Amino acid sequence: MNRFSVHIHGWLLLLPAAVLLVLFTHYPVVATLYHSFFSTPRGSVPPVWVGLENYRQMIDDPVFWQALTNNLWFAVGTIPLSIALALLMAIWVNGKIQGRSFLRLAYFTPTVLPMIAVANIWLFFYTPQYGLLEQITGFLGWPSHNWLGSRDTALACLIAVAVWKEAGFFMIFYLAALQQIPPNLNEAGAIEGAGRWYFFRRITFPLLMPTTLFVLVNAVINAFRLIDHVVVMTRGGPDNTTSLLLYYVYEVGFKYWDSAYAAALTMVLLLGLALLAIAQFAFFERRTHYQ
Amino acid sequence: MSIVVERSIPGRLLEAGGAWLLGLLWILPLAYAVWTAFHPPEFSTRFELFAPLTLQNFSNAWQAAPFARYFLNTFLLVSLILAAQLVIGTLAAYAFARFEFIGRDIAFMLVLVQLMIMPDVLIVENYRTMSVFGLVDSIPAIALPYMASAFGIFLLRQTFKTIPRELDEAARVEGATALQVLWMVYVPLAKPTYIAYGLVSVSYHWNNFLWPLIVTNSVTSRPLTVGLQVFSSGDQGVDWSIITAATLMTAAPLLIAFLLFQRQFVQSFMRAGIR
Repeated sequence: MNRFSVHIHGWLLLLPAAVLLVLFTHYPVVATLYHSFFSTPRGSVPPVWVGLENYRQMIDDPVFWQALTNNLWFAVGTIPLSIALALLMAIWVNGKIQGRSFLRLAYFTPTVLPMIAVANIWLFFYTPQYGLLEQITGFLGWPSHNWLGSRDTALACLIAVAVWKEAGFFMIFYLAALQQIPPNLNEAGAIEGAGRWYFFRRITFPLLMPTTLFVLVNAVINAFRLIDHVVVMTRGGPDNTTSLLLYYVYEVGFKYWDSAYAAALTMVLLLGLALLAIAQFAFFERRTHYQ
Repeated sequence: MSIVVERSIPGRLLEAGGAWLLGLLWILPLAYAVWTAFHPPEFSTRFELFAPLTLQNFSNAWQAAPFARYFLNTFLLVSLILAAQLVIGTLAAYAFARFEFIGRDIAFMLVLVQLMIMPDVLIVENYRTMSVFGLVDSIPAIALPYMASAFGIFLLRQTFKTIPRELDEAARVEGATALQVLWMVYVPLAKPTYIAYGLVSVSYHWNNFLWPLIVTNSVTSRPLTVGLQVFSSGDQGVDWSIITAATLMTAAPLLIAFLLFQRQFVQSFMRAGIR
């Protein structure tokens, strides 16, 4: 093959993927930015340039701020907890515990269920009066509580569902990493007389660091990407206490059909994801220097 | 500092207890759904060991909404996406792994952008594009944004790079073209990656909800997840027995496949995770 044909062949092979990626990933990012500077076309009224008007509206919009705050709390509530549980699960399932295969099955099952189905099940779980949760609290003699209908508990209920759904998924990555740790390290630790917790803290956990980073990035993306449970369980209510950023984009874009404002809101999400990408890149760059 | 080489017996019991408690907690919602779906409505919140079993809830649910059509739609959707992803991803991965063309590194970075910015967050603009194409409310409209998958390209590229170049060159000497080499050398050797990626992709798209919800609005294109949502938020009232039956039905094919091929599923997700 001569030099020239390598370039042609390479680009021809890449062409289908490139066209689709440009059309449905790169173009929409640019178009979101572009459309966020225009007004929403209404009927026969074409869009007009409004500059930063949509962003000004956003800054004055209490629902946006609430959705953003909710989303940050949702991230804070789900990410550390699901990662910690995932690590714990992986260590248990990787060890010599009775009923290991059942436990692995139990932990992983939520991953293969659709979020929408899971949300339906949990909706029933949380139902006032006759949901399972109410029955348990009733049995314990606690007062009745509308878990999803109350401003204080609704977001926590969604966090519980997300943690339940994701921990088993993240467990898999830890399990894969744990199985790559050479067993003789463990033996060496035992000979040195290292306690189990000490061994975990000083050897296992540092060795798992790349996995933790990978899982962390995925957990952050999921915290801002997944809103199926919001649609099914609360629709952002009560009083927007469970509205997440992408859910608000969905509401503005496809219930109020205000596509320009939805574009401005999407830009906030994209900015967040871009920052995450830069942080990850910077971190990995730094790490490679040490290696 | 106390030196503990082997764990003490109470410690071990405590740990096993914790693991089991968590395991039971994790299986509880599903077990609860199974109980409700297989018993008459009056037992949906009463737990009696010998409550009569029934399949009535499933047949009621099946008749109450066009689930057969939804199953067909999901099946077509998942097949279409997977087929496109495999073909498109294979070609792109081959280019990245074995061709040193101009702009390769920049192109690769641009592909990886999709790992962070998934189509799921670009719903507003992608909906606009689909309207321009006149594709709204069709299965291809659901599939198109996902057909080129950065994750798939990345995964296959990593696999292709591990294949010795000697095999490639040997085939070239025999007079094989680039595509023949790809088909005869690379694809067969990457089979485990294809299986892993296929399982991950099928579970993702079987379960995907938001984009299909937005871009479909009729029975002929709705996948199961959206059909289930329309059904359970419709005028069914709160007949939880029927809703949980419908819910289990939706999840059943994947769940059964998972229970049968547990090992492969877990290994596939592992393989897809190690990069």
